[in-house]
Amino acid sequence: MATRQQTPAPAAGARPDVRDAVVVGGNRIPFSRAGKKYADASNQEMFTAALEGLVARFGLQGERLGEVVGGAVLKHSRDFNLVRESVLGSSLSPTTPAFDLQQACATGLEATINVANKIRLGQIDSGVAGGTDTVSDAPIAVSEGLRRALLEAQHAKTWQARAKALATIRPGDLKPMAPATDEPRTGLSMGEHQAITTARWEISREAQDEIALASHQHLAAAWESGFFDDLVTPFRGLTRDDNLRADTSIEKLASLKPVFGRSLETPATMTAGNSTPLTDGASTVLLGSREWAESHDLPVLARFVDAETAAVDFVHGHEGLLMAPAHAVPRLLARNGLSFDDFDFFEIHEAFASTVLTTLAAWEDADYGKNELGLAGAFGTVDRSKVNVNGSSLAAGHPFAATGGRIVATAAKLVAQRAAETGEPARALISVCAAGGLGATAIVESV
Amino acid sequence: MTDRYTQAVNSGFTKTLAKKLGLPRPAILRRYRAGDPLTVGPVLVLSDGASKGDADALAQALLGWDLDVRRQPTDDVRWGAVVLVLTEAAAPTDVAETVLAAGSVLRRLAGNGRVVTVSRAPADGDSPALAATRNGVDGFLRSVAKELRAGATGNGVVLTDGAGVDSTSALATLRFFLSARSAYVDGQLLRVGPTDATTGSETTGRRPLEGEVAVVTGAARGIGASIAKVLARDGATVVCVDVPAAGEALAATANAVGGTALQLDVTTDDAGERILAHARERHGRLDVVVHNAGITRDKLLANMKSAQWDSVVAVNLAAQLRINETLLAAGIEGLRIVSLASTSGIAGNKGQTNYGFSKAGVIGHTRATAGLLASSGGAANAVAPGFIETEMTSRIPFATREVARRLPTLAQGGRPVDVAEAIAFLASPAAAGVNGQVLRVCGQHLVGQ
Repeated sequence: MATRQQTPAPAAGARPDVRDAVVVGGNRIPFSRAGKKYADASNQEMFTAALEGLVARFGLQGERLGEVVGGAVLKHSRDFNLVRESVLGSSLSPTTPAFDLQQACATGLEATINVANKIRLGQIDSGVAGGTDTVSDAPIAVSEGLRRALLEAQHAKTWQARAKALATIRPGDLKPMAPATDEPRTGLSMGEHQAITTARWEISREAQDEIALASHQHLAAAWESGFFDDLVTPFRGLTRDDNLRADTSIEKLASLKPVFGRSLETPATMTAGNSTPLTDGASTVLLGSREWAESHDLPVLARFVDAETAAVDFVHGHEGLLMAPAHAVPRLLARNGLSFDDFDFFEIHEAFASTVLTTLAAWEDADYGKNELGLAGAFGTVDRSKVNVNGSSLAAGHPFAATGGRIVATAAKLVAQRAAETGEPARALISVCAAGGLGATAIVESV
Repeated sequence: MTDRYTQAVNSGFTKTLAKKLGLPRPAILRRYRAGDPLTVGPVLVLSDGASKGDADALAQALLGWDLDVRRQPTDDVRWGAVVLVLTEAAAPTDVAETVLAAGSVLRRLAGNGRVVTVSRAPADGDSPALAATRNGVDGFLRSVAKELRAGATGNGVVLTDGAGVDSTSALATLRFFLSARSAYVDGQLLRVGPTDATTGSETTGRRPLEGEVAVVTGAARGIGASIAKVLARDGATVVCVDVPAAGEALAATANAVGGTALQLDVTTDDAGERILAHARERHGRLDVVVHNAGITRDKLLANMKSAQWDSVVAVNLAAQLRINETLLAAGIEGLRIVSLASTSGIAGNKGQTNYGFSKAGVIGHTRATAGLLASSGGAANAVAPGFIETEMTSRIPFATREVARRLPTLAQGGRPVDVAEAIAFLASPAAAGVNGQVLRVCGQHLVGQ
């Protein structure tokens, strides 16, 4: 293992002409399983609540921030300005600009990258990144037939034309279309895609259940220790993530029936216990330049060092849908002159327990390193005791766009705490897979 | 939380009916609003012969507050306040003329008017006659307060240790009693000691807590949220503290007052350090701490479980002690601590042995802490609310609640803002001469002093 340097080496990818973007802190609402506590909460209400908690924590009332960036994966068309509307409903200055972006489950991390980059370039001094998602309040669309008929009727100039347009509606057109998370190009759900990847890497059911168990135990311990006291603000009477099962056991997890990969030749291993549940929630991260943080007497948890996104060809190629981070991380680390040994924490989003395991296995595989990553051999081995030490999405739940903000704030606080304890710099690697064969990864480092 | 009876007897047909039937008619109390006059009418300043010099000095100060100050009782005025200066009265016979003169105008005291006595506390070495005279004011004031009607109140400034009648804290206390900020304070005598020259003046135009940083525990809801708002109104930057589970309401309070939210259980070992660090790192200083966080776990002692006793003592008393230790060790110049006591801690309350112990304990540590803070220009005081209309008291059964409301002289419950105003007054730099005191905000409740 490489010896850790006293001060972080100037990263290979560091640009001397850009300044640092730092993470000041974060705030999210507790995550709630779909259809429960937040069943009738909208994305805008949840994101506004997360923003309000952040404003209260850092005393940002009336403050004009450089930008608020966030988004939602499942979004009503009326929410075209979701983040801006949330800002207007918050205690921030109404002169704070905002925009929506969306990169599936990587939305929150991509928003963070965006804000950090603007800060690094000096375009803004401060900003909030985040995301929100509700499966409970998801939009339901009308059929193509009904939609076309209604649009035609609206454009019609005479009542006869309008009647003619409406007459084309057939009973079958009236069936509402619920949102689907299936991949548009393969028709397979994310779980079915991952089941193929899981089988390919021969990930066992036991290994997956162990990841799930650890996630619940770590998250429960983090809540007990007060880790989230300054990262979460309760919402609608919910004070903790309600998917968390502190008392779950390997036996309970082992008793669950597989739900994905049942049509494969190999045994199905993915259950409701080692897959993330559908979840509602919202999260935010406050970033700024060092100068901005200092002039506002705000703490600095970590530096947002660098980020890399990747995409894989899961449609025509042979790579797994959720394997993009496996490609992004080697490029990110190479650019920054770092190896796994330089990291104290690994925050790998648990879309499924097997996502974590297939990613780690890919990095340890020499053939994969050569053939897929273009390296001389295996990329590296991650010390498993450093992975998701305070739990991740299997326990907390996964409101798609809100997960990135949860992870960035958690990672920033982890490195800050570690650096305070040891007096040495600490680093965390963040990896988030996303639909469409996408992945976003990032490095945060204590200051 | 609405007191329908008070509304009914003050408006429309039910008002006429209540008058005819001779029903008790609790008044609509006048509360502070920016821009409103200090008193509802002219102020009559009376004194015995020996106290004339003090009365002159006081009258002069009142003129500086743009009040219409008179020295002779007349019949053509609706009086806003009567101030009785009895500081130099030495024998029981000295006060008769003054109190009877005050009595002659009481029928012309306006609704929400004020009667304020200014006297000296009996001290060691006083002659028996002097001590009798000085202590007599106490019984006089408490009795006259019970005779006042229509929202008028009676309170007393009691000077100690040779404090000047026009010293900063004496004037600040007098101003508080005259103002609408003391709406629900009735029948109380507050001891005021001398203040040094550096104490801020009450009469300067600037807000009393401008530039200062205040911490309020239990700030998410009810009285705590109201305290945060009033301290912010008076110029303070407020750190709002409450348990993490109350975070949603806490954030709303913090955002309403432009302060910061600190989700923290005050019973944790390092609560004091974390409060101090937050205040200093985020706001650069700490000037005021309001120990408001409190819980009730009512049970008759015969049925009391250790969890019920322990949790109440831990939150209401032990947490305050531990935080104060940290604050005292930090050696903060001019620190003012205000703690929430309760009339239950003074007079006792059935089913509240744990609560009564904790709140009387608060009074005990406040008196002891006062001495420790005095040397650094600080002060520790307590406020003891009576029946306050909150979410918590709205859950008391109707009949019990109605009785609790009508028992005090003012015949109604107080509002959270009434407690908050008293705390803001005690937290203000001008009140520095008030130290180790318990101010009741109870509408002159029947029980206890």
